[in-house]
Amino acid sequence: MSRLSDDNVKLSREIIARYPRPKSALVPLLHLAQEQDGYVTREAMVHIGELIGVTSAEVYGTASFYEMFRFEPVGKYLINICGTMSCALMGAHELMHRAEEKLGVKAGGTTSDGLITLAHAECQAACTEAPCLQVNYRYRYRVTPEQVEQLIDDLRAGRLAEEIPSHGTLARVRQSVSAERFVGAVSPDVEAAQPSWLAGKAAL
Amino acid sequence: MTTFPHAPGFVAGERPQIVTERFQYEDSYTLERYRATGGYEGLRKALQQPSSAVHEEVKSATILGRGGAGFPAGTKWGLTPQGVWPRYLVVNGDESEPGTYKDRLLMERDPHQLIEGCLIACYAAGLSQCFLYIRGEMALAQERVAAALNEAYAAGLVGRNVMGSSFSVDVVLHWGAGAYVVGEETALIESLEGNRGMPRLKPPYFPAAIGLYGKPTIVNNVETLSNLPWLMRNGSAAYTAIGTKTSPGTRMVAVSGHVKRPGVYEIVNGTTTFRDLLYGEEFCKGIRNGNALKAFVPGGGSAPWFTADQLDLPFEASQVGPAGSMLGSGAVMVMDETTDIPAAALTLTNFYAHESCGKCTPCREGGTWLQRILTRVVNGDGTTEDLAQLVEVGSMICPGNFPHASSERLGLAAVPFPYKMTTICFVGPSAYAPVHSALTLFPEEFAARVKHRRTIPVTAVGAPA
Repeated sequence: MSRLSDDNVKLSREIIARYPRPKSALVPLLHLAQEQDGYVTREAMVHIGELIGVTSAEVYGTASFYEMFRFEPVGKYLINICGTMSCALMGAHELMHRAEEKLGVKAGGTTSDGLITLAHAECQAACTEAPCLQVNYRYRYRVTPEQVEQLIDDLRAGRLAEEIPSHGTLARVRQSVSAERFVGAVSPDVEAAQPSWLAGKAAL
Repeated sequence: MTTFPHAPGFVAGERPQIVTERFQYEDSYTLERYRATGGYEGLRKALQQPSSAVHEEVKSATILGRGGAGFPAGTKWGLTPQGVWPRYLVVNGDESEPGTYKDRLLMERDPHQLIEGCLIACYAAGLSQCFLYIRGEMALAQERVAAALNEAYAAGLVGRNVMGSSFSVDVVLHWGAGAYVVGEETALIESLEGNRGMPRLKPPYFPAAIGLYGKPTIVNNVETLSNLPWLMRNGSAAYTAIGTKTSPGTRMVAVSGHVKRPGVYEIVNGTTTFRDLLYGEEFCKGIRNGNALKAFVPGGGSAPWFTADQLDLPFEASQVGPAGSMLGSGAVMVMDETTDIPAAALTLTNFYAHESCGKCTPCREGGTWLQRILTRVVNGDGTTEDLAQLVEVGSMICPGNFPHASSERLGLAAVPFPYKMTTICFVGPSAYAPVHSALTLFPEEFAARVKHRRTIPVTAVGAPA
């Protein structure tokens, strides 16, 4: 089950074809695996290695560098509370404190029902809207401690199910290119000529 | 001045707008709105000229890179070695410098502008394929750019024979997965090759010589490329008429922290001062609750700090550098008089210690040392020796005099930017920058912390507004 599904294998092949070298598709494929299972399983990493022609150790080597990939199950909802300077200046510590109290877990922990994982995050690029947090990488801005409690209530009651997909799903819109429009990956391994449009004439 | 619910943080004003003019429209991210407001006209104009003429146009506009280093885009494109093909374009949308919030807005609100900028760059510099790298944590930006690319491909604006011309190029959307250091251009390339995102050894200093898959590669920031459509529509003379000769055009600046109206502002480059920005009625309207300004970070978490003494400096690298800091990525973080300075510095040192990729020892070990010692000091367990130790560790990451601002109060002269470094990239020095600024500009706060051990209650950093 934890290998990539047939649909995801098809999608993987499309993604791989966009890159001059298959290994470039590694991170996008890891996202696909995490979307499928909520975290990146060992079987998925073996499968990805087969698809792009590297060992599973190389897959894990890359995967383990990146913050977003999880190798054990996490909650359906991952709440990341930012604690870097702008958010700290605007009261982020209080948000974390309130979330920990409300959930009964410390930062890094998951509620016993497996619904919510709470985590401390570094700068999320919403500094003017501090303090901020993300739920499965969807933003909440200028958050008050009361709003944190409300958010947790809403998540528990399933009121945000439509807006926020389960952990692992990032963008719900993917790039898709028809074969007729796609120029094709430009290989670095083939001696290439100067691009035709540099010849000195206008292209249009 | 106006704000829009659909563009959180953005504050419009009666100022020239180059990259944010469409933010007023709720549907600014659609192809329909984009085309109705001059979209893809810059590309059409570009394609009607030889590519060399487009390159010249960009060169004469002197668009300074908006990612942090401030290197002129047109010049960067010219650094590729003669006769080596293919060449690639990699778009740096991995915005994660503490305090920075602008590239994400540009991707969420005006993705077509970015795509058009990518196409103009590829045409002008002879780049055969474009990879648009978006930070992993930005789900909405990924959705908007994906949708825009799908629309643009279907409309014949990207891919084979762009607008029916002889110019063909693909733009491939790529997501990161959470790593600050990937914002460094050689680490970005490593990440795009499917590896751990660690910066490459230098030389070669520029990916323009040896980059993606070992081929010449131009890495440009999202905001930099977003300037190109306007530039091609209006010409370089119109562009350089805004701002100053050495810093033309506008730039997006995010002001966060203890101001009355934090926000993202498109400001005139080179002439707008920090005082305008922090106190001006059209900008942040002053410090919250009428409090006094204690310090501010002028250019993202990596930048040495300024105090009220530097408020009259403009957004002009040639003045900010000698004053002891940098403009970086257009991020100003403001601390008022209630701020606990050692604790504030610690939030940044925590960040850089966490984000060290581990390749260079001074950063991997030094960042963590700084974090542990400073944590001890902030918690009231530090000693005078700890303060000396912080400087000692810093000197191993950055030997020699580390830049800092002047201080009239302390009778200090400025030490100009930049610093020397023992690491490949700027993550290591960035871990030390806040520590050095805080220690140098506010020595009394550290002295008090170690003198009155455990008697000072640990307070939250600042207070909620």
